[in-house]
Amino acid sequence: MYTYNDFDKSFIATRNAQFRDQVERRIDGSLTEGEFKPLRLMNGLYLQLHAYMLRVAIPYGTLNGGQMRQLAFIADKWDKGYGHFTTRQNIQYNWPELRDVPDMLDALAEVGMHAIQTSGNTIRNVTADHFAGASADEIADPRPVAELIRQWSTDHPEFQFMPRKFKIAITGSPNDRAVTRAHDIGLRMVEKDGEAGFEVIVGGGLGRTPMIGKVITDFLPQEDLLPYLESVVSVWNQIGRRDNKYKARIKITVHEHGIEEIRRLVDERFAIVKGSFSGIDQVRLAEYKTHFAPPDFVVKSEAVFKDAYHSDPVFRSWADTNLSAHKADGYSIVSISIKKHGDTPGDATSDQMRLMADLAEAYGHNELRISHEQNVILPHVHKSDLPALHAALKEQGLATANIGLISDIIACPGMDYCALATARSIPIAQEIATRFDDLKLEHDIGNLKIKISGCINACGHHHVGHIGILGLDRAGVENYQVTLGGDHTETAKIGDRAGRGFEAHELVPAIERVVDTYLALRTDKDEEFIETYRRLGLAPFKAALYPEAQADAA
Amino acid sequence: MSKSFTPKVVTANDLLKGDVIYQTATGWTRDLADAEILTDEAHADLRLIEGSQQIADVVGVYLMDVALDGTAPQTTHFREAFRAKGPSNYVHGKQEVA
Repeated sequence: MYTYNDFDKSFIATRNAQFRDQVERRIDGSLTEGEFKPLRLMNGLYLQLHAYMLRVAIPYGTLNGGQMRQLAFIADKWDKGYGHFTTRQNIQYNWPELRDVPDMLDALAEVGMHAIQTSGNTIRNVTADHFAGASADEIADPRPVAELIRQWSTDHPEFQFMPRKFKIAITGSPNDRAVTRAHDIGLRMVEKDGEAGFEVIVGGGLGRTPMIGKVITDFLPQEDLLPYLESVVSVWNQIGRRDNKYKARIKITVHEHGIEEIRRLVDERFAIVKGSFSGIDQVRLAEYKTHFAPPDFVVKSEAVFKDAYHSDPVFRSWADTNLSAHKADGYSIVSISIKKHGDTPGDATSDQMRLMADLAEAYGHNELRISHEQNVILPHVHKSDLPALHAALKEQGLATANIGLISDIIACPGMDYCALATARSIPIAQEIATRFDDLKLEHDIGNLKIKISGCINACGHHHVGHIGILGLDRAGVENYQVTLGGDHTETAKIGDRAGRGFEAHELVPAIERVVDTYLALRTDKDEEFIETYRRLGLAPFKAALYPEAQADAA
Repeated sequence: MSKSFTPKVVTANDLLKGDVIYQTATGWTRDLADAEILTDEAHADLRLIEGSQQIADVVGVYLMDVALDGTAPQTTHFREAFRAKGPSNYVHGKQEVA
């Protein structure tokens, strides 16, 4: 894992001192809210419905036990004893008071963390495959590159006041778990003739105008990455729409100018920018790679795992659902669900955080990840340790066997917290999870991704959910639109809008009708929801969602 | 034809705590029941300006609609109802102390 050097430490300390001073000047009235707001946003501090919210970056979703324990400490000391993990691999504290925020930032700095550029019109926290460095299907670990991008983008003088925010995601695997096609820039590590490079995807994004990103170059040599990224952001920074916030993201720029024209402008800019990179970035990258050396994997008997798997059905169910293939023999990637049925998706209490920190240290080579699907990952666990790990997780309500299933729901905070929201998301997620748990159907239903956003900004990724739910305010009543057939992976697709929205009390029965339709129409148990949808299209599901339309037509 | 003026309350968030507050005749309250009810448009605009000037104490000042149940103001939109109560997933916010 990356550890801060003296430069990083002094940079963060200086920045935190500046922000402490800015907070003081806001409190004594020297700064107006208009002056203070861009400053607090650059440091991750929002004002939400009921309180301030501090969004802390978990760079490319990676943290160690000590950092997780510090997040728990902060939750207890300055918040209400929990934190919310987000779809961009951040953690949000929902209840800080303004005066305490500088102390919270200092506490984060103690463990090499910060909240810089988690908001504002800047390059945000770079997200990555949460299985990075562990997955069996990976070409290369994307995290050294992600760290390089973080170092380059943090406080980059050209990119502090851009038309809008800018989000970059990177994956080192052909199976895209980082939603690269729905980011301003998505990077896929590829190899060509034995040389490492990137496929660069530009102009993806969800929100008001969802777009799947377009390939601007299918092979960028590794050493050209930073000058090329700088060129893309620079071109957009110049021609991106500053007149209209809803047209300011690069997806609109790409859409309006066309990918060919953007490619031409970027190439032109690249010819100028490239010369200003002396090669120090490649020296740094080589250094960062040493920070992410794989742990010393051990070889030991898997007998304990096999015994538990055969004798304990609860363990077996969890193992079948929450484990993924690891590149090292005898190891598994463990996804810890923080989606217990009826709980708030993505929320972890301080006790749960401390337990996960302990378990990472005891069994997981001291590594944890946060997934964009709002779960916590222990990327390197030997199979012989899984029964003990599972038993410990049960104690804190962390052993729910539902990864990838219908109750593993992404939900944004919605109008329970967010000042931008138009409806609530959390109670909808709670109801759906509870309902399908009661029906004891979710393992039979299999892989099905429900994603819920409480407004059109789509933090809950509803456009790319197999079932997407968007909460809106319809004449003063919460109303939920359903989209079907979305896909967030390497075969990314924006879901199809089914039709009129549903009031909250109509929604869960409507989702149930969609699921019943799938169960009735799938060829067999191996055909997943998304496959049945692709085979049959919207029609049968639409008919199930709107039986009254069928009745009218009859 | 101008729309008839409906009763309003000046609301904001407290600068230090960040929580929801309502304007009274003499200051601010955390309880909607104690808020000053504004039934005259010109007076409401004036009170909004006065509230907005208190930059060292409050943030995000605006006029919210209320309905009058007797003399007590009630929220008319679900967003204001949540602001007045707190989130639905935990007993936090105003409902915590109520």
